[in-house]
Amino acid sequence: MNSSFKFRKFKNIFFMSLFALSSLFVLIPLFLIFKYVFMMGATSLNFDFFTQLPMPVGEDGGGMKHAIWGTLTMVGIAASVAVPLGLFCGIYLSEFDKSPLANALRFCIDLLTGVPSIVIGIFAYILVVVPFKSFSALAGSFALGIIILPILTRSTEEILKLVPAHMKEAALALGMPRWKVIYYIVVRSNLSALITGMMLALSRAAGETAPLLFTAFGTRFLSFDLQSPMASLPVQIYTYAISPFDDWQRQAWAGAFVLIILVLGLNLLSRCLINYKAIIDFFKKGSP
Amino acid sequence: MKKTPLISFRLQDKLNYSFLSLIALLIIALLIVMITLLFREAYPAVEQFGWGFITDSYWDPAADEYGGLAFLFGTVVTASIAVFLAAPVSISIALFINEILPAKIGKVLGLFVEMIAAIPSIVFGLWGLFFLAPWVNTTLTPFLKSTLGFLPLFQGPSFGIGILTASMILGLMIIPTISSICKEVFKTIPAHQKEAALALGATRYEMLRLSVIGPSFSGIIGASALGLGRALGETMAVAMVIGNSPQITSSLFAPAATMASIIANEYAEADSELHISALCFVAVLLFFVTFIINFMARTIVWKNERRLKSRG
Amino acid sequence: MIRSTSFLLVSVFTIVFSFASTSIEAMTINGAGATFPYPIYSKWISEYQKVETSVRFNYQSIGSGGGVRQILNQTVDFGASDDPLSDADMKSSAEKGWPLVHIPTVIGSVTVAYNLPSVTERLKLDGPTLAEIFLRKIVKWNDSKIAALNPDVTLPDADILVVRRADGSGTTAVFADYLSTVSPEWNKAPGRGKSLRWPAGAIGARGNEGVTAMVKQTVGAIGYIELAYSIQNNLPTALIKNRAGEFQAPTTKAVSKSAEMIKDFSGDLRMSIVDAEGPGVYPISAFTYILIPDKKETDEKLTAVKKFLVWSLTKGQGFAEELHYSALPEALRTQLVKKLTP
Repeated sequence: MNSSFKFRKFKNIFFMSLFALSSLFVLIPLFLIFKYVFMMGATSLNFDFFTQLPMPVGEDGGGMKHAIWGTLTMVGIAASVAVPLGLFCGIYLSEFDKSPLANALRFCIDLLTGVPSIVIGIFAYILVVVPFKSFSALAGSFALGIIILPILTRSTEEILKLVPAHMKEAALALGMPRWKVIYYIVVRSNLSALITGMMLALSRAAGETAPLLFTAFGTRFLSFDLQSPMASLPVQIYTYAISPFDDWQRQAWAGAFVLIILVLGLNLLSRCLINYKAIIDFFKKGSP
Repeated sequence: MKKTPLISFRLQDKLNYSFLSLIALLIIALLIVMITLLFREAYPAVEQFGWGFITDSYWDPAADEYGGLAFLFGTVVTASIAVFLAAPVSISIALFINEILPAKIGKVLGLFVEMIAAIPSIVFGLWGLFFLAPWVNTTLTPFLKSTLGFLPLFQGPSFGIGILTASMILGLMIIPTISSICKEVFKTIPAHQKEAALALGATRYEMLRLSVIGPSFSGIIGASALGLGRALGETMAVAMVIGNSPQITSSLFAPAATMASIIANEYAEADSELHISALCFVAVLLFFVTFIINFMARTIVWKNERRLKSRG
Repeated sequence: MIRSTSFLLVSVFTIVFSFASTSIEAMTINGAGATFPYPIYSKWISEYQKVETSVRFNYQSIGSGGGVRQILNQTVDFGASDDPLSDADMKSSAEKGWPLVHIPTVIGSVTVAYNLPSVTERLKLDGPTLAEIFLRKIVKWNDSKIAALNPDVTLPDADILVVRRADGSGTTAVFADYLSTVSPEWNKAPGRGKSLRWPAGAIGARGNEGVTAMVKQTVGAIGYIELAYSIQNNLPTALIKNRAGEFQAPTTKAVSKSAEMIKDFSGDLRMSIVDAEGPGVYPISAFTYILIPDKKETDEKLTAVKKFLVWSLTKGQGFAEELHYSALPEALRTQLVKKLTP
């Protein structure tokens, strides 16, 4: 009896430490990735990286100014279309969640969330690149938009579903039309959370490479022409990473560093938004 | 005093509803267009090869003959190994955060795990190519060969680039997916169930096994399946470390190719119509495999949640 | 709040689009294709930029397969390939009202680069042995066949890692063209082409860049890359046995010699010069081409491309040597310039 109790105790400690160890086990690669990206990236980063365009193959120097702007532009354009659509879809799903159309939409959004990003790239190629006969930033933005849309819809739906029913009922009882209740009460009271969801979706899109490979393609120049190829940070990193030139590999690390700062920065910032009431209040005060 | 609105409230609401419905229809239409276009592009290959495409691994652009089995193999094998590696770790993390650590520390650890999900896959690829692959080649492979070398899985030449490295990267990438869903699943377990186990004299581990892991077993399966879905479609990180060699082998050290990696490598470069179409066929396959896995996973997680909620 | 959010969105929109509209001063010419001549094309483009500031050339090295595909689909203004178009492609494209012409730009060579730190002498290989290595029939570095060709070299008992192109590639096409010429076994399968069915176990990397990087990183690796890539990255390359029985190193001079056997430049210029006759010839050499539409009517972009081509066939050829390519024969150049100037 006693020995079995000891064994149980031992088993308990054993498994508890196993759980702890496995958590540690995950933190190690995470730490290593950060260590390498920061170490290699920070040492390779210089002012030129932000202000210069790439040099001809094999020559040292140059930077990724064009790719940074390309990523910002394409994510911006993707967001300007996909964010409103995603928000409205999320609102629809949370407010009219019993209608057959909502079920169909929810199914589609679920489906879209699971579609591998490379398949979205093919879709954008067929739909935008082939008819326009040119690789274009537009095609890239389109692909990124399709990535943003389902993520944002889901997060919006989740957030808005948490709004207590009595709040809506109170507003309705006061004689407000339903659409006003939705936009003025439900949406507004959760604005900070919705912005968080939006930023998470954007940060996800900013890091995508696969859908841009054969849509936005790439260029060596700073370009804002939406109908021609545009460079992006992830694709440029990929091109440089698999190249044999030391200087390009160095720049790939610098690019990864900038990308991770951009993506994690957006990510952490948006997470802080959830936590810090003060910031939320600050946002609210800005409203009329 | 009371103003009558220009349009009645009812009409306003109707307008709003129609507007939202219109957007919903737009999204549904987009998806339908997407599937139709993919099918249309894949059709010549479907017509030419039919089911043989899935059972044949002969991929020869020079002779214009295509079979996708090797890619299916590469995708399924890397993703499965990834889940096999990631699931136990993710479940442990979820338990550790939810049930063992104090809430505040748990939150911090959770944030770290979530950070993995935020790292772009190209960064994983970069790290995998320059650090993980050499490490696998010089440290892990000799170790595996000396301890488990009798298994065909761990035989053959190794260069660090191959199935094993790709699976490890994938495993790391899906840990946050699995662990966050596991956390959600574990949260639905009512507290009294755990308290009952403890009151009966169970140790903490026994309590976790009996009243947390046991009842949420199907939820855990669902979470792992969602991780699998994520791993199946991952492109860049895999393409950079897998070696892009369409072959079916028993060795984990050997290079392979996945459905996503072959598309990334050949789609913009394919020059015959049939080649492009075959790649679209691969994309359609990938689409359906991920769809089926995700759909099953969601159903499992959702059913499990409902069951637990109704019990609680 | 809603108002301010929408204001924010609108202003982002405006900023982005105003950027978009202000930037279209310089005409951009998009080209894509071969990675094989990428080092020299990118040099030409940056030099040409200094002379002609009103046009920007954007060349993406995605592989010859991609170059051919994109110019056939008309998604780029010019394509680049080391592997000339097939008759079928030429015909179908002409039927679509999009006839294409081949403009050779330089001669390059495919070198066999390897990574064996323990071997200090340069390896010697002949066609059949090379074919067997890439067919993965020879899997160890100290195989008797390699040893027989290199009696003075101590070869390590290590696995050979074959690195090949994962994308559709003109370098592959040139290399396969050579191997098919010298090895009947290779000719049967995998044969010729930009994308091949490679034997199992050969690692695929993207572009000449990718293959070079993979060989550079992995001890025991062997791969085929353009001369410029192996020189720039200090990778040792094998001496290849030519028809005269000499083991020839890839040099720009030995590469130029391959082209000397061709005297007649009439026709559509789709020429293969692998395994050429004569002493001092490096046998794996090829012309690399730019593909442009063969249209009579003047088009702003096409004119700009032609002007650029004329520049690269005259002044541009001067950069060939320093970037380890070989200039075209004089006769061919004058003929091309005449053809390109209206």
